[in-house]
Amino acid sequence: MPDETTENKVTEVSDVPEATDVPESTVEALDAVERSETEAAKAAEHVLAAVEPTVGVSKPDPILVVDDVQRRFGGMTAVDVQHLEVQRGVITALIGPNGAGKTTFFNLLTGFDKPNQGSWAFEGRPLGGVSAAKVARNGMVRTFQLTKALSRLTVLQNMLLAAMGNPGENLFGSLVKPLWAGTEKKNTEKALEILARFKLDAKKDDFAGSLSGGQRKLLEMARALMTDPTMIMLDEPMAGVNPALVQSLLHHIQALRDDGMTVLFVEHDMHAVRHISDWVVVMAEGKIVAEGPPKSVMQDQAVVDAYLGAHHDTDLGDDSLLDPAVLARLEAEEEKR
Amino acid sequence: MELSRILTQALAELIAPTTAAIALAAIGLNLHFGFTGLLNMGQAGFMLLGAYGFGIATISGAPFWLALLISLAAGALFALILGAPTLQLRGDYLAIVTISAAEIIRMLGRATVFQEYTGGAAGLTGGSFKSTFQELSFLPAPPERGAFGPLEYVFTGSDSWWTRLFAWAVVLIAVVFVWLLTRSPWGRVLKGIREDEDAVRALGKNVFSYKMQALVLGGMCGSLAGMLYVLPRSVAPDAMGRSLTFFAWTVLLLGGAATLFGPVLGSMLFYAVYMLLRAGMREGLEGVVSATMVEQIGGLLVGVTLMLLVIFRPQGILGNKKELAFDAR
Repeated sequence: MPDETTENKVTEVSDVPEATDVPESTVEALDAVERSETEAAKAAEHVLAAVEPTVGVSKPDPILVVDDVQRRFGGMTAVDVQHLEVQRGVITALIGPNGAGKTTFFNLLTGFDKPNQGSWAFEGRPLGGVSAAKVARNGMVRTFQLTKALSRLTVLQNMLLAAMGNPGENLFGSLVKPLWAGTEKKNTEKALEILARFKLDAKKDDFAGSLSGGQRKLLEMARALMTDPTMIMLDEPMAGVNPALVQSLLHHIQALRDDGMTVLFVEHDMHAVRHISDWVVVMAEGKIVAEGPPKSVMQDQAVVDAYLGAHHDTDLGDDSLLDPAVLARLEAEEEKR
Repeated sequence: MELSRILTQALAELIAPTTAAIALAAIGLNLHFGFTGLLNMGQAGFMLLGAYGFGIATISGAPFWLALLISLAAGALFALILGAPTLQLRGDYLAIVTISAAEIIRMLGRATVFQEYTGGAAGLTGGSFKSTFQELSFLPAPPERGAFGPLEYVFTGSDSWWTRLFAWAVVLIAVVFVWLLTRSPWGRVLKGIREDEDAVRALGKNVFSYKMQALVLGGMCGSLAGMLYVLPRSVAPDAMGRSLTFFAWTVLLLGGAATLFGPVLGSMLFYAVYMLLRAGMREGLEGVVSATMVEQIGGLLVGVTLMLLVIFRPQGILGNKKELAFDAR
């Protein structure tokens, strides 16, 4: 598969015969992505095969356990999650139509928003009411749907900023260079290694603001890796990324799992999720309506209803809809859901 | 020769203690705005508080260095009080709170309630608080005078070489301090916060604490600048109002925010040109406009300069145009 990292390169490539390898659309790009065949991928599949695909099911080794979390905005309940467990060392996708409350749920878990009620624990430690910075220091690091590259810092500075425990980040420590020069050197080596993996090493001295949208997504992911997270939370990593880059992005996400990290990512495109995730959680109207392995969860009636509407096959031109009895039956069905 | 007199006056402004004081105030603003993105619209409030702190402490009998520490502590305390409720909120709130807090300090200063300490609207006369500073001088005692080129001042006194030497030494120390801070990982965190504080928060940094540290350090620069500002004159609350804040902002934006020498260069250039304009107008338009009108036109031109700067050269003289190209946040 082509491994372009810069949009510039993609246009160059399309002038040469191998151009046929460059996917035309995102869907095509996604179909070309294959599940990685690593031990970690197989292990994840094996462990989750034994888990029953029902909402709120308990997992053998949960890294994150969420209980009864609610977030209300005025009269609207944006998030209402009864129970959710996220298995350690696998890729869990959180999908749902627009407005399902996925990002709000994400913000709650990472400390960027406060719930009206509920609790959750990460690696056994309760994280309710903990500040966003502390959540990150505990090893749960997130990225954003609208990428937050720090524009007027260089790519390398972006990376170095993310490293934890630098004594030079203390006001008094910062004045004495010998205290932090060593740490800085070690961090730089590590940063260059990660940047090389994301093929951003050539851009290390460029301002992050000069990167393309896709490169910023990669930088944000690379930056999150600098913190040595145990769990990485990606908010719509594929949004606004060109098809060629989507493939490499998906490979990077799988590589995170293969390196032993737990990945939870939000996505509204079901297609994108199918190929790489080990477990899928579906949200609609703030609630979790289904969870299970990617192959079977798409067939779940609740998921189809969430995406297409429960009555998507009802003919609105049908005269029987005028019959009060039929309307009453449909309404009753709606209530039951 | 009228022209040489005007030029000498402008040259004198380059090294005037007031120029050094505003440079230091702009260095503080640079820590706030240039490096951290905090909008402090009340730097004059920090300066006035620093001036009162130094003046009142000295009058009460404190030795020089203790009075200087009290001046610094007043700035730090003011920053803590202003920062605690506002730094968790969006940036604009700090701007609103600082501009009104600075006015409150000025109003309290000129209020009759505290007249016993602050001297009310008349302020503290220069003679009452400058003796400890002038005793520190190792230069010849007055009335000994010294000339350097066309500039001639007493060695020790209010408007003296000693005041200039001390003021610029303090500015130099502040520049070195800011250089040490901003080249370090600590400075990098500040710049990250300036770009996007949520991103920095997501990387595990305590954004509130860093913003507070920057606000306090910049505020201490401000209060020390206030002390330098009153060394050659008296403490007069009405002379340290909003316009002084905007002078400091003009100086910062002229020199270039987020640069090391921007505030110093900006201050020198600003005061030299400001003097050149006013002296030029006084001589050239004598009989056409009165002396008071010259001051008013001068103030007006500062406002116009500030606007033109922000529109046409937001990066200032020393700033990097490329850095400002990606302003999309």
